[in-house]
Amino acid sequence: MPDPILALRDLTVEFDTEDGVVHAVTGVSYELQRGEVLGIVGESGSGKSVSMLSVLGLIPVPPGRIVSGEAIFEGEDLLKLRGRRLRRIRGGPVAMIFQDPMSSLNPVLTIGDQIGEAITTHAPETGESAARTRTIALLELVGVPAAERRADQYPHELSGGMRQRAMIAMAIANDPSVLVADEPTTALDVTIQAQILEVLKAAQRETHAAIVLITHDLGLIAELADRVVVMYAGRVVEIGDVFSIFDAPRHPYTAGLLRSRARLEAEGAELEPIPGQPPSLITPPPGCPFHPRCEQSRGREICRTEVPELRATDAGAEHLSACHFAEELGARE
Amino acid sequence: MSEILRVESLVKHFPLKAGVFRRTVGHIRAVDGVDLTIRRGETLGVVGESGCGKTTLGRAIVKLLEPSAGRIVFEGRDLTPLNRRQMRPVRRDLQIVFQDPYGSLNPRMTVREIVAEPLRIHGLYRGGGGKRRVEELFETVGLNPEHANRFPHEFSGGQRQRIGVARALALEPNLLVLDEPVSALDVSIQAQVVNLLDRLQTELGLTYLFIAHDLSVVRHVSDRVAVMYLGKVVEEGTRAQIYTAPMHPYTQALLSAVPIDSPTERGGRARIVLEGDVPNPASPPSGCRFRTRCWKAQELCAQEEPALVPRAGGEHPVACHFAEVLPTSDAASRR
Amino acid sequence: MTELGYEAGVVLETRSQWAYVRMRFLRHRLAVGSLVVLILIALVGIFASQIAPYGYDELDLENASQGPTLEDWHLFGTDQLGRDYLSRVIFGVRTSLWVAVFVALVSTVLGTAIGAVAGYYGGRVDNLLMRFTDLVLTLPGLAILLTASVFLGSGEPLQVGLILALLFWTTIARIVRGVFLSLREEDYVDAAKAAGANDLRIIGRHMLPNCVGPIVVNATLAVAAAILVEAALSYLGLGIQPPDPALGRLINEGQSSGFDLWWLVTFPGLVIVAIALCVNFVGDGLRDAFDPRQRRVRA
Repeated sequence: MPDPILALRDLTVEFDTEDGVVHAVTGVSYELQRGEVLGIVGESGSGKSVSMLSVLGLIPVPPGRIVSGEAIFEGEDLLKLRGRRLRRIRGGPVAMIFQDPMSSLNPVLTIGDQIGEAITTHAPETGESAARTRTIALLELVGVPAAERRADQYPHELSGGMRQRAMIAMAIANDPSVLVADEPTTALDVTIQAQILEVLKAAQRETHAAIVLITHDLGLIAELADRVVVMYAGRVVEIGDVFSIFDAPRHPYTAGLLRSRARLEAEGAELEPIPGQPPSLITPPPGCPFHPRCEQSRGREICRTEVPELRATDAGAEHLSACHFAEELGARE
Repeated sequence: MSEILRVESLVKHFPLKAGVFRRTVGHIRAVDGVDLTIRRGETLGVVGESGCGKTTLGRAIVKLLEPSAGRIVFEGRDLTPLNRRQMRPVRRDLQIVFQDPYGSLNPRMTVREIVAEPLRIHGLYRGGGGKRRVEELFETVGLNPEHANRFPHEFSGGQRQRIGVARALALEPNLLVLDEPVSALDVSIQAQVVNLLDRLQTELGLTYLFIAHDLSVVRHVSDRVAVMYLGKVVEEGTRAQIYTAPMHPYTQALLSAVPIDSPTERGGRARIVLEGDVPNPASPPSGCRFRTRCWKAQELCAQEEPALVPRAGGEHPVACHFAEVLPTSDAASRR
Repeated sequence: MTELGYEAGVVLETRSQWAYVRMRFLRHRLAVGSLVVLILIALVGIFASQIAPYGYDELDLENASQGPTLEDWHLFGTDQLGRDYLSRVIFGVRTSLWVAVFVALVSTVLGTAIGAVAGYYGGRVDNLLMRFTDLVLTLPGLAILLTASVFLGSGEPLQVGLILALLFWTTIARIVRGVFLSLREEDYVDAAKAAGANDLRIIGRHMLPNCVGPIVVNATLAVAAAILVEAALSYLGLGIQPPDPALGRLINEGQSSGFDLWWLVTFPGLVIVAIALCVNFVGDGLRDAFDPRQRRVRA
């Protein structure tokens, strides 16, 4: 594998709360290759957002705490950066798109001003008119009609879909090499999601950036991702090529997740949920975090006592799974 | 099968006030003339995106909102003119489950008290009998009655939704309005709650009005489906009709926008991407409301609002002047 | 099929919201310490008759104008007429606390009721009640008290308490109204309506319990404010009249002797300040306990 642009190694993040210490992320490692779309999929409590947010210094410390690990970006460990050096990376080479554009856009500045500010913060030598020209070009790229007029509007004057486009424009303004999209379509209607999907594809074509796509929506992953990281209870449970993951999952959680979806095609049949509830992150179960809900485990002792390591499977050297019995899933196919 | 609920020309407008004197300057036409019928024992799915009025419709039916115009006839009785006091006995048969598992349970009450509350309100919680009924309800929804003394924040989202369902079932209703009951839950938990609702419908002989924006879920639970846009129903039919032969352009766009199931389907579907945004519900477009985003729009669409009637040889009502089943490889060709 | 998730290792006990509040409050040492001091002072006030070594008006001209001493329990000295000052202060404390608690209670009940009704019903009712509240707020409190005390003459603690209460309720009314306006939008309130609950039940059973934090904090701070106001009033010769004891009046009577009999002004003053401070600390602690700055963890 060529050298990754961003590599997380053994990241562990905890939060102090009144009920105890929340182990939000435990021993998470994954790599982002240049130009690829890496989907990080998991449900609530999986740690998918926290892992990326802590890399960018966006979690509140306290109550948060990065216990250990490193995040190597272009040779530097982002977790060791502070203040100005971190700010130079954020919004420049590494840009973020958040779930709720309304709370990430400044309500008292026009869209044009905000995008312009993003440009001049990272390239102070840019003149005002040059910034304006680029702003309009970016808005057109993300499909905002009447860009000239829209640039002078305030966030509250735009619809949800428009705001998300504006945020994407802001994110790609400085030609980032990494674009982190945290649930970019979750708050949007499905017809608007379809629009934004096209915008994200256009953004990637334009910047050739590597995209980290954090979402619980398997459909979005199916549309965009090249590789997938599956997370559960703060750990990585499976990594692989998107086709391989969907077609030949090697972790019971991934398989269960794929199976439990309500599909548009299949009608009427009973759904196949994953039994049980997600575990407490304050008192996680011993051994494999998924074992209380795992049908494949069948109560075997090793699942209850030993946390499985992420290792290669029979589905390929690049297809990793943290399951003691990953091969059994393959046998069943 | 007899009719359990009939909604006739239901209208709900919210006034927009502005100025120092809070004068009414306009109305948000959230529900703007909706007709629906639900037969006993079936599930009617109502789908649409934000701003279509489906949530307002659901709340108006249980009279949490007073209709601005139109009629709601439940089990043969006209609910529209009833005041709060007169509605009370009706509420034993007509209940609602809310969307947000975190906001629909009072954080200061134990879950036992939450589920017992409807019983208490109607004087049905008597000592041992009431307690047993609550425990029974817990078991019905798949929760351990021993945890009844806990507080909502100690439960997960899926469990809280079950508590909400238990509460709604306490008075043994006949019709349950489900307002996006699984939208706020994780996918793997959605399946649990959907199965639960399915099972309960059979066991308890319930009728459902299932409001949602997720078309895949709606397909699983519904017998018939109504598609809403900007306060009106644009298409209505059986599950098969809507999902395999949709005729309204909005329905077709909606179905084509549903994310694919697997990466192998990439590029396989001709996706309809709608232009523009949903218009302002306070000033909907003239004629057909969907025309501003519709690729088929013509002059007629701006002049005349299409009626919801069967068209073009189809059997189910569609509100479009140019309704037709799409011949290409998308919604129409799904199994 | 029963599931409450995997109870791995330590099973979390049931914790109500109250438990969290109590836990957080106990972490504020200043607040806890102040609470202890207040409880002691309150006990002194309640058992004043038993604790005070002398009567309030017990004259003892032989021992007049003596400074603080351990003899004969004259810990606070005696005044110009030989009355034991410690006892006077103790009785004064009783009155002050009595009035303050009364004012806080009555104004809280009144303000909560008005705020709840205004916030729950909204619209015209809200408008009417809030304009009325504004009206009361604009009334010059001191002038009213002056006028009222002239007419009331006897200046008994109960009357003074009532008048103060009628001026104090506005703050809590506004706060409760605000909370109710937002609680009204909560789904669980709609759920209660959908189950057929009437307005009184919804307000009392579903909304008020979620409003307790601001109410309790405000009531506590009202106690502190009432003590200070009462002291100011009796200092001015208004408010509580003789023969009822009042700390403010003690200060007034004592100040004519200036620095010679310094204890006549100092001790009542210290006690007033101490009570007000402690109550404020407890109020701060309660405010933090009910509404901590917590950050949601999004995974």
